[in-house]
Amino acid sequence: MKAAGSSLQLEQVSVRYPGGASQTRPALADVEFKVDGGEHVALVGPSGAGKTTLLHVAAAALRATRGRVLLDGQEPWALGSRSRQQLRRRLFLAPQVPPLPPRQRVVTAVLAGRLPAMSLASSLRSLLYPLDIGAAHEALEPFDLGGRLFDRVDRLSGGERQRVSLARALLAPARLWLLDEPLSALDPVRATRALQIVRQRASQRGITLVVSMHQVDMAMTHFPRLIGVRAGRIRFDSPPSQISPEQLRSLYEREAPTPEPSDVAAEVETGETVAVPMVWR
Amino acid sequence: MWLPRWRRAKPWQCRWCGASCGVMETDPGLLMAAVRSPYQRDPAWRGRLAWLLVSAVLLWPLLVLTEFRPWRMLDSRSLQVTAHFLAGFLPPALDADFLRVVARETWRTVAIATAGVTLALLLAAPLALVATAALSISSLSGRMGVVPFVTRQAARALMVALRTVPELVWALVFVRVVGLGPTSGVLAIGLTYGGMLGKVFAEILEGSDEHPTRTLLANGGGRLQAFLYGLLPQAAPELTSYTIYRWECAIRSSVVLGFVGAGGLGQQMDSSLKMLAGNEVATMLLVFIGLVWLADSASAWLRGLLR
Amino acid sequence: MSAGPPAFERLPSGLITPRVRAGSVLLAAIALVVASFWSLDLQWSALWSRDSLAAMARFAGEFFPPDTSALFVSKVVQATAETLAMSALGTLVAALFGLLLALPAARTHGGALWRVPTRLLLNALRAVPELVWASLMLITAGLGPMAGTLALALHTTGVLGRLFAEAIENAPPAPAFALRAQGARPAQVLLYATLPQVAPQLLSYTLYRWENNIRAASILGVVGAGGLGQLLSYHLGLFQMGRTATVLLAMLALVLAVDTTSYFARRAMTR
Repeated sequence: MKAAGSSLQLEQVSVRYPGGASQTRPALADVEFKVDGGEHVALVGPSGAGKTTLLHVAAAALRATRGRVLLDGQEPWALGSRSRQQLRRRLFLAPQVPPLPPRQRVVTAVLAGRLPAMSLASSLRSLLYPLDIGAAHEALEPFDLGGRLFDRVDRLSGGERQRVSLARALLAPARLWLLDEPLSALDPVRATRALQIVRQRASQRGITLVVSMHQVDMAMTHFPRLIGVRAGRIRFDSPPSQISPEQLRSLYEREAPTPEPSDVAAEVETGETVAVPMVWR
Repeated sequence: MWLPRWRRAKPWQCRWCGASCGVMETDPGLLMAAVRSPYQRDPAWRGRLAWLLVSAVLLWPLLVLTEFRPWRMLDSRSLQVTAHFLAGFLPPALDADFLRVVARETWRTVAIATAGVTLALLLAAPLALVATAALSISSLSGRMGVVPFVTRQAARALMVALRTVPELVWALVFVRVVGLGPTSGVLAIGLTYGGMLGKVFAEILEGSDEHPTRTLLANGGGRLQAFLYGLLPQAAPELTSYTIYRWECAIRSSVVLGFVGAGGLGQQMDSSLKMLAGNEVATMLLVFIGLVWLADSASAWLRGLLR
Repeated sequence: MSAGPPAFERLPSGLITPRVRAGSVLLAAIALVVASFWSLDLQWSALWSRDSLAAMARFAGEFFPPDTSALFVSKVVQATAETLAMSALGTLVAALFGLLLALPAARTHGGALWRVPTRLLLNALRAVPELVWASLMLITAGLGPMAGTLALALHTTGVLGRLFAEAIENAPPAPAFALRAQGARPAQVLLYATLPQVAPQLLSYTLYRWENNIRAASILGVVGAGGLGQLLSYHLGLFQMGRTATVLLAMLALVLAVDTTSYFARRAMTR
């Protein structure tokens, strides 16, 4: 039985970061789109375009200055904080920098993806002895990390950590996956494989998938729908067959060559420092 | 892992990968299937278990040796005494006579601390100067001579010895020798803090740029001149800052020393405690906390001023 | 140094230049020192008189040789064990309660409602010295090492609570953010994201405080809280200098042992 994936809708969403350089332009301006349950969407655009901000707004981790977000038809910011936290269990956000505590072991880090579905007692017990090593292994195996189950996170390379962060998604009780540049540290072969696994599992379970990436060609090949973002606005929102090369060029024109992961990390840093306080309501 | 039957997984249920699972937000207590992977055991488990056992084994003698029986504080007699004492805390003693005594003792505490730190400075300054290798004339031409080296190490050893003996012990000894009163407090603080100040002064002087000093020495200047014109100007802010910090610590110390008879607020508090006069103790505790806070702010302000 | 406008265009320098400031502070300090010495009525003359110097020399001489009779040494060893246990248990209890109190006190976790009173409590616990706590605890816990343990625990809770709260506040926020975004409970976020990151630091602070507490525990006995301090105070009161010297040596040895252990433990953790 395939349970329905969560739907996501953004209506006239604008985000302006308080103070600083954002006096020039808002991070997001009049963003509007709808993703139905089970759809797979890729967000493309140059660095600094606002992809991270968009994903954080969609995850109800950042409050939009204007407009509203609807998760499964519900507005998270209209709810009380407890109900909002319950609503957040339906989604999984993978930040670009893998959010893994350095001294934690991979098995614990992966099983943490399941925390929203675990009671406090079982999460405590799992710290003493991991409650479902088999599931963790099964989540890591497709990413070729099955043998690294009991290693410490800081002994892994950047690419391996990113794959662990993706494996967490497989264990999460979420119906909506929001992945921020999940392939930035992976070489092309591994990146293609990881993307295939993610898409396969998502469609198997009917999960809605929104992935931001800067590898446009991979996005065009694998995703049935692309949303192009530039300077905080949506430039196009269509299947790959309907996107012209000129549209793609204008999306990326006058930008630095393909952003290195470190460039995008800088964007994420500023994004995250603002986003973090919002989630504590 | 053993689970009660109603929690054990059914074959079609809830392995996240591909099976049915649509109920998570309405079932937060959902436990994942305890399907133990056939070949994976947590390798860290043995180590953790060992640590737990060792800690438990070590904890027992700790509890025994310290006669740790907190339930004894809750037996009727204890509770009565405690309740009576605590009840005396409110209202705190605020009559004029007592407040005058407290004010006098508070000033004496500050005075003991100040006098003690002054004594410490008189002790620490020469010791630090002697111990600083930067002022060594013999090492200008290569290795330090034997006699200067030994002198320096002796100065260091003296500072360590002064520092290591707790000031309370010094105070106890001095009370036996010179009797009760502030003298023992001042001497105790003077000696201990002399060692502390000396060590830190020496470190600060060693950490400063040696070049001007060495140049002055090499060109025939005296050691004192080299110090005053070479080391002191750059080290002065740090030296002063640390002295002020220690003065603030000394105020706290002098209250503690008062408990063994070295005068000041501490001695007064000790006598009030022995009489179980809760209201007096309450006032003095408040005054003490206020004094510490005041000294803390004053010290921070002064140090900011000197930056 | 920047060039600045020419001298005749510059505003007159303020009344309170840094030099005036430093000078007035120095004057105030000297005044304080003079006032202190004058008001304390210290009997320097009595101290430096020939008689009292001779008495002091004699007194110092009585410290040697230290008493090494087997019976007494066994008593000292027991007192040492008691002191060690006091410091260890006190620090342990303080680490536990310090962590519990640090959670509401940290800016990242506690709501503002809980944070202010918790911080006040921690500051109050910290402000009162261990010896004063010990004197207070004697009333409820009676004579003996339990009072000392409680006193150490109370004071150290204040210290560690504050340190722990700061460590929790300064932990990198990314792992906690990701778990919170997923909808995990605050307690789960704490256990899986925050604590794993700050645990080594917390342990290091605890070991560092243990070093301090062993010194404090040694002297708490002076007011009756057991351990080496009580032994010291007793024999010093009876002017048995040889035995006092033994106790002092035991104190120094204990402090040295604990310092070394703590140092190696902290080194092993950072490897």
